[in-house]
Amino acid sequence: MELINVNESISKNADFIEQIGIESGQPVQKCYQCGKCTAGCPVAFEMDYPPHQVIRMVQLGMKDELLKSNTIWICASCSTCSTRCPCKVEIAHVMESLRIMAGRSGTAPVGKAKYVEVMYNALLSTVERYGRTYEVGLVMQNNLKSGKLFNGADMGLPMLQRGKLKLMPSKIQGAAEVARIFAEVRKMEGGVK
Amino acid sequence: MRYAYFPGCSYHGTGKEYESSTHAVAKKIGMELVTIPDWSCCGATASHGKSHLLNIALPARSLAIAEGMGIGEVTTGCAACYQQLAHANIRMTESEEIRDKVNKITGKEYKGTLKVKSLVEAIGIVDPETIKPLIVKPLTGLKVAAYYGCLLVRPPEITGFDDPENPVFMDNMMKLAGAEALDWAHKTECCGASLGVSNLNIAVRMINKILKAAVESGADCMVVACPFCHLNMDYHQKSVNKQLGTTYDMPVFYFTELLGLAMGISPDDLGLKTHFTDTQKVLNQVG
Repeated sequence: MELINVNESISKNADFIEQIGIESGQPVQKCYQCGKCTAGCPVAFEMDYPPHQVIRMVQLGMKDELLKSNTIWICASCSTCSTRCPCKVEIAHVMESLRIMAGRSGTAPVGKAKYVEVMYNALLSTVERYGRTYEVGLVMQNNLKSGKLFNGADMGLPMLQRGKLKLMPSKIQGAAEVARIFAEVRKMEGGVK
Repeated sequence: MRYAYFPGCSYHGTGKEYESSTHAVAKKIGMELVTIPDWSCCGATASHGKSHLLNIALPARSLAIAEGMGIGEVTTGCAACYQQLAHANIRMTESEEIRDKVNKITGKEYKGTLKVKSLVEAIGIVDPETIKPLIVKPLTGLKVAAYYGCLLVRPPEITGFDDPENPVFMDNMMKLAGAEALDWAHKTECCGASLGVSNLNIAVRMINKILKAAVESGADCMVVACPFCHLNMDYHQKSVNKQLGTTYDMPVFYFTELLGLAMGISPDDLGLKTHFTDTQKVLNQVG
């Protein structure tokens, strides 16, 4: 087990601790580690650090470990943790802020976490282009970028047979307005891929 | 009853039964759904992993257009769209700073005058006395596990119309339709949502727990109010069976489909023939 010098970590990453508090708007310092969030988390079984540990790691300023963790991507944002926290810490918001921070710092997720990021990007790129999600384009881009070429391929035919698959994208009239939203956010924040 | 209606990107694809059954039921109960002209994607489950501002600005464009319609209330069937629209609405109503910033990004003026309701709330608050006479084919004897999932009822600061741990809106509607709504443990457990696309091997384990609980409760079928829940529970039921060696055969309906059935709307008009898990045994049961 890796040894962590808590004092050093806190003083070195004081900015990070403050920033997470501001970005997420959550009183992370209030967490007393009851573990209720982890007990109810439906996807904790797949996380490298369960939710209550993530909050403790924020308190301790363990920035690098957090931004590299798969937890922040595997979190399905279902808000079970946020709803049950006795200290009213919306843990799902903290996860969200950590994901955004990881993106900004250029920390590339790996493995299953990478698949989540690739899917997010694939979805958003179809929205930026057409104004709405284009499912076929999303899956194709997702598979190319994740390297899982035949992911969901068995869905194609049954979906098509039921008229649930639109092969061609349909662009909304205001697609340029939606593209503008992405451009403006990039201008204001920088770094939104 | 008049709403500005946000269909959501799955409306003509994976969630098309939800769309057709929503309109069929709305017509029966006298609810007018006016589609928001040229609405755009709400950002779904992706934009909140990218940027706080993008996450508010994407739904804000449609809110601004809807506000211009002068209807005052917005509704949408999809739980993810609902969450995104309601979240953006609250953020832009509570903070002038955020509202100004986001309006600058969208290039559209949203003043923050709208109310956002999920379709479950919009139909659920209709006077039962209006609905009762419309139930011409009650679903007598049908045992239903109402599955709410996550984004419809959580977090309560955003949703707030029903209990986040033990919601009852869909249960009450199923009772009105003559069915038996079951008490069961996994009403609000998350199905994994888009993990079904990015990491199916994780999602199948989440879906399995929910299907198992529904079977153990003695349900003949499940009802949902979200195209993602439906995709995961209906289509990926066979992925669960394949990966985990289970033998689930649980029909999964949108709540509007079962309401419509009880109102005598034909199964074809409701879209009951395009499910992946066979619905016939339920149709036989309720005749």
